[in-house]
Amino acid sequence: MDAVDAVFCPNRSGAVSNPLLDQLPSYQSLLYRRKSSGSNSTKRRSISRGRYGSTSSHSGSGRGASLRTEERPMPARSVPDHRLARELPLSLEEKRRYKEQRLQQHGELSGWAQWRLSSRHYLKRLKEESVEALSALQLWRADIHLIEGMFGTGILSYFSFLRFLVLLNFVMFLLMFSFVMLPIITATHTTSVNSTFANGGGGECSVYPPRDRQGLVNFHQHIIDLLSGTGFLEQTYLFYGYYKVENIHFLSFSYNLPLAYLLCTITYLLLSLLWIVKRSATGFKRKLVQDEERFQSFCNKVFAGWDFCITNENAARLKHSSLLYELKTDLEEERIRQKMAERSRKEKCRIYSLRIALNLFVVAVLVCCFYCIYSATIFSQQKQAQCQKCYFIVELIIEYLPSIVITLANFITPIIFSIIISFEDYSPAFEIRFTLMRCVFMRLASIGVLLFSLWSQITCGEVCPCGYNHKVYPCWETHVGQEMYKLMMFDLLIIASVTVFVEFPRKILVNHCNCGLVKWWGQQEFAIPQNVLEIVYGQTICWIGTFYCPLMPAINTIKYFLVFYIKKVTLVNNCRPASRPFRASSSTFFFLAVLLIGLALAAVPVVVSIAQIHSSRACGPFVNFTTSWEVVPRTVSQLPQGLMAFLYTLSSEAFAVSFFVITWARPVLFGPDDQNIHLFLAYGLAMFYVIALAGAHKRVINQLREQLAMEGRDKRFLIQKLCQAQADLSAHSSRSRSGLSYRGNQKSSTSGVYVVRPLVQYETQA
Amino acid sequence: MQIRLYRNCQVEQEGEVWFALVKFVSARNKDESNQRLCRTNRTNNTMGATASKLPKDQLSEYQELTFLTKQEILLAHKRFNELLEREDRQQIGGSRVPMNKILTLPELKSNPFRRRICQVFSTSDLRDGSLSFEDFLDLLSAFSDSATLEIKSHYAFRIFDFDDDGTLDTGDLEKLVNCLTGEMDNTRLTSEEMKQLINNILEESDIDKDGTVNLSEFQHVISRSPDFVSSFKIVL
Repeated sequence: MDAVDAVFCPNRSGAVSNPLLDQLPSYQSLLYRRKSSGSNSTKRRSISRGRYGSTSSHSGSGRGASLRTEERPMPARSVPDHRLARELPLSLEEKRRYKEQRLQQHGELSGWAQWRLSSRHYLKRLKEESVEALSALQLWRADIHLIEGMFGTGILSYFSFLRFLVLLNFVMFLLMFSFVMLPIITATHTTSVNSTFANGGGGECSVYPPRDRQGLVNFHQHIIDLLSGTGFLEQTYLFYGYYKVENIHFLSFSYNLPLAYLLCTITYLLLSLLWIVKRSATGFKRKLVQDEERFQSFCNKVFAGWDFCITNENAARLKHSSLLYELKTDLEEERIRQKMAERSRKEKCRIYSLRIALNLFVVAVLVCCFYCIYSATIFSQQKQAQCQKCYFIVELIIEYLPSIVITLANFITPIIFSIIISFEDYSPAFEIRFTLMRCVFMRLASIGVLLFSLWSQITCGEVCPCGYNHKVYPCWETHVGQEMYKLMMFDLLIIASVTVFVEFPRKILVNHCNCGLVKWWGQQEFAIPQNVLEIVYGQTICWIGTFYCPLMPAINTIKYFLVFYIKKVTLVNNCRPASRPFRASSSTFFFLAVLLIGLALAAVPVVVSIAQIHSSRACGPFVNFTTSWEVVPRTVSQLPQGLMAFLYTLSSEAFAVSFFVITWARPVLFGPDDQNIHLFLAYGLAMFYVIALAGAHKRVINQLREQLAMEGRDKRFLIQKLCQAQADLSAHSSRSRSGLSYRGNQKSSTSGVYVVRPLVQYETQA
Repeated sequence: MQIRLYRNCQVEQEGEVWFALVKFVSARNKDESNQRLCRTNRTNNTMGATASKLPKDQLSEYQELTFLTKQEILLAHKRFNELLEREDRQQIGGSRVPMNKILTLPELKSNPFRRRICQVFSTSDLRDGSLSFEDFLDLLSAFSDSATLEIKSHYAFRIFDFDDDGTLDTGDLEKLVNCLTGEMDNTRLTSEEMKQLINNILEESDIDKDGTVNLSEFQHVISRSPDFVSSFKIVL
């Protein structure tokens, strides 16, 4: 009787947890899985599997086993054969005792086994130490550690994202440097290497007047040149126009620079795509899995809500209030959801029509902004061509007009969006996400609009002889590169000056002025989404610009390097963390998703300009080609026959099934006037998305399958327990009647094969 | 045993070091490692270091028994030393630091669960939350980067179990939520909200529907919470 009590009623005072739940096969396997995931050796895994099998059969075999599990004290329950002492939730003294016990056990082992054990320990130690030594080499390890310690994991994820971008840009720079710049540098500095310079075949198209300032050059003109990439910067390695080399003849072979240039461009785009997808794959899977169990949100917030890393008292106070806010809004949201379900049709109509109207308004705002950017760009392009001898300031403003308009638009629209969203009556979580999506769209689309207006200036209908507007833009690629360069410089200037001239004075004002209004205004919040958007914007510019300005990744690396320190200083000194923080798990995925959108957006103009627009006749590596892409078919046609045939088959039938992306690329490969290159890109992205999605689904399916198997085992186990309890009960109360009830029980459950065996056992016991 | 020898040796250093050492060695010349230990300590002291150094084999033992790296253990040792009274510094192995002093650590100062953390990790018989150096290492190990989810969730459960009865009941959950949102009156949830919240939590986590959350239920819930491992961390 007492055993039955112990099984069915959890003993709340003594044991820490319900013993029955601990014995459930699903829980045991959870323990096992955690343990085996921590270890790498297959040997250990097989041992623990054996252990698991034995416990489950023990607990099923009868009353003695269940009694034994209860008699064992709590710590002993979790002491398996092969677990490291440090993985036990015991105090150090107990762990030491446990270790000694194990050492004694090992003393009985043979010399060979002992040696193997000790060598394994030694190797493990060595591995840990080498990992530690390697991680010390990581960039900004100490800084990121400090930030994590002060502000928690949400803000940490922003900084590690920044570090990732620095690394990405640096790799892109290395790529461009080693395959494009290095051959030219070696060619100019060694005599044994000659290079053929491309010439555009004469004519008016190949005229490229030097834009260097003649005569007296003022100091401020140097500043303008530095900020806008004109003048002395134009004819340097910085811009596309300088790479006017066709072939570099090393001793035995000639280096095809145009091809290398094009392949580098494609490689950096693909490399970024792969890297981002790889980084986001884990977060994406987790998000997908998480979305399916949304019902655990309250537990997450309460049990895993406090960030134990926080040491800053201000941050702690904020964390308190943000948790309070989050919990309140979640409870509110639940109530709202209930209310929404009860909404009448009339109310629904009102809300939907309001939303449509407000969305129309948003679209109007966006169109207005885009028109402003468009006209500003055109105005600045025309003025730049006309006014060469203007005032310093006027010239600078005209040069920077598009950047200024874009920045202004990106400053104003988020404010408008956040006002609008409050009327739309969404749930609070969705409100934030939706505003953010609008901001992302605004920021990235503004670059698109700028490029579109440039494009409309560069190309002209059928009239022009060179395929582009050669009078104004003799080397249009360099010009686009300069525009990108300007955007990037302006972005850096804005980030730095906002920190110095807005956030710092604001902090001083708030600290030293007791006026009510200032207090209400408060310190600057470190809003993670806005900051992420800022650096993604910079990265998109870099991706677009690298084709036109091969040194852009290097500049961007330096820029993000500076941004890291600027942001760190402003975070530590000027800002307080946002009152509604980002969760680390959801934010990393969000960052990469936005970055992926940026990459897709950047790839479109680059690909269009490579495949569609006539390359300049006056400058750059593609002087002899009508479009940049033409270099690929031409190189392929120069290859030996066998290789050509191989490439052709690669791009046709045999591989068409598996590499359908290449099939889409084939018309592009052999007919440059095809439009399909956009489709190629879209399909590539879609494929990656589908692959990631499939991986996530697979994981979910596996989990569900495992869960199903576990449920089955749980059920079996519980039925066994039930039978056992019944057996005990009947054995205690009356032996004569128990036989009858047994028989009936057995009959009813003969359909379950598993249940029969223990029943028979009990009968023999009784 | 080792610790005690080590302490003896240090006491002797304050007197006639050389003579004591010779006496000590002759008395215990069986134990080679202890001699080495003493000698290293002596050199340290003559060089003017006031804080005692952690002996090497003890360090490696701590490395094996905790999730901490060598640097982290040394840093922990240094920090713990600073908390000790001056006269206790020489015998860091056995002396305890009272809870009030531990709570002045900046890493714990703004943590709402700081008292609970001390109480859970304390091995003191008086149940006063005082920590010895080894308790302190245990604490840091559980909160370190590389500790397993099982360890972390186990200690999290014990920290959240305010009345130490082995389950999280309504009272525990209420205290937990109050700790999270802040202790002030204006930062608390209203009683209705609290009731709704606790009902929601129990609905999500209480598998056997007994009205409380026990360890296995807690670990089950935590294992599916992506943020827990990254946030249950204290960086010294």
